[in-house]
Amino acid sequence: MLTPRVIPCLLLQNGTLVKTIRFTDPSYVGDPTNAIRIFNEKHVDELVVLDIAATPNGKSPPFAVIEMFASECFMPVAYGGGLSRMADLKQIFRLGIEKVIINSAAVEKPDFISEASDQFGTQAIVISIDAKRKAAGGWDSFTHGGRRNTGLSPQECAIKAQSRGAGEILLTSIDQDGTMAGYDLGLIREVTTAVDIPVIACGGAGKVSDFGLAVHEGGASAVAAGSMVVYFGRNRAVLISFPSVRELSRVFQ
Amino acid sequence: MIVIIDSGVANTGSIANMLKRIGAACRITNNPDDIQSAERLILPGVGSFDAGMGSLAAAGLIDPIRQRVRGGHVPLLGVCLGMQLLTRRSEEGSLPGLGLIAADTVKWRFDPKSTGLKIPHMGWNTVFPENESPLFAKAPEVSRYYFVHSYHVVCDNADDVAATVHHGYKAVAAVARGNIMGVQFHPEKSHCFGMNLLENFCNWKPAIGVC
Repeated sequence: MLTPRVIPCLLLQNGTLVKTIRFTDPSYVGDPTNAIRIFNEKHVDELVVLDIAATPNGKSPPFAVIEMFASECFMPVAYGGGLSRMADLKQIFRLGIEKVIINSAAVEKPDFISEASDQFGTQAIVISIDAKRKAAGGWDSFTHGGRRNTGLSPQECAIKAQSRGAGEILLTSIDQDGTMAGYDLGLIREVTTAVDIPVIACGGAGKVSDFGLAVHEGGASAVAAGSMVVYFGRNRAVLISFPSVRELSRVFQ
Repeated sequence: MIVIIDSGVANTGSIANMLKRIGAACRITNNPDDIQSAERLILPGVGSFDAGMGSLAAAGLIDPIRQRVRGGHVPLLGVCLGMQLLTRRSEEGSLPGLGLIAADTVKWRFDPKSTGLKIPHMGWNTVFPENESPLFAKAPEVSRYYFVHSYHVVCDNADDVAATVHHGYKAVAAVARGNIMGVQFHPEKSHCFGMNLLENFCNWKPAIGVC
């Protein structure tokens, strides 16, 4: 039996690890190399690495850091941030990364998704959707690190992404990001009921039982966690940690 | 020297990274001469069956691979699509496969809607070794490997099945017939479990006295 994947979601900014709250106030977490070694030793299922500064600052992906991730990680790694050119995707795959995560470019040039999935296979193309609650109910999808409203609902974005050849969706709640207050289960359901491809729930994980809710009530195929795996305690002291196999198998039963 | 066959877009970098970690010298190449002198061959692959066979044909690698493994001395490991390319054909495409193992590649035979199971079969799953395959020597009792695939292999002979996996039903996760081996999962992305498997492949020797 497949067990739902539990995926640390690490944010990069200028080559260091940071963590945001509701996509703002990035605080320094540490050196990525050290964090990766720990996640490797803990045999995590998969890793998501996002450079949050690349697209907003118009920068290329940080290839040197990505290469380090690729050579140190003996689990699948998905990278996102600043990806809008086929040549960059090719370079990322050559370094040994399994999946690319595309957000802004997926909205600006939808053909990019089809072109990328035709060349590299749907399993390698993850579309990320950053969603924010609307005052009137429902959600809007954002690009450029939560700065630009696309005016599209996450459900619309997900259906479009699937039809263009995306193999997976990374669905992040901007409202829950960094709060450790639990996933936005309504948002997850909104998307998982609309598409057949796997959805990774992200934003809000604070305890192991949140993973179970995202999978059993939200219908997510996988769950991602940020603050929960880099912080410890009420004062958010930096400590890289990961739940044990036993804890995880209990919540997924 | 282990030769990782570069069939265009494939996960060659990850495999090289893990071989480096276990101290095995390797080279990534699509040069037919390198294949003809390789001590061991790894055939990785992602993407579609015809794209995989097409790129092997375009680089002139099909005959060199077949010749090199003939006689049973040079081991070949197909990984993911690379394992499917060892079969005769696939429901995914129309080009013939390498035909190095008596098997075909078929689509998962269940209905995702009624079973609630997803295609592709993606994620970590438990693998059950069969036929005392040397690939799984010294593997921990519960071994998990990372899978991503929409098609799977069906062997003519049960003896050629090296491991199985359960996703809707029991399917082939690895094949082995003498020096021809294949794994549907990604050992290069399966932590210590995959490292153990690649080490076993690197240490595999043909049985003495068999001709």
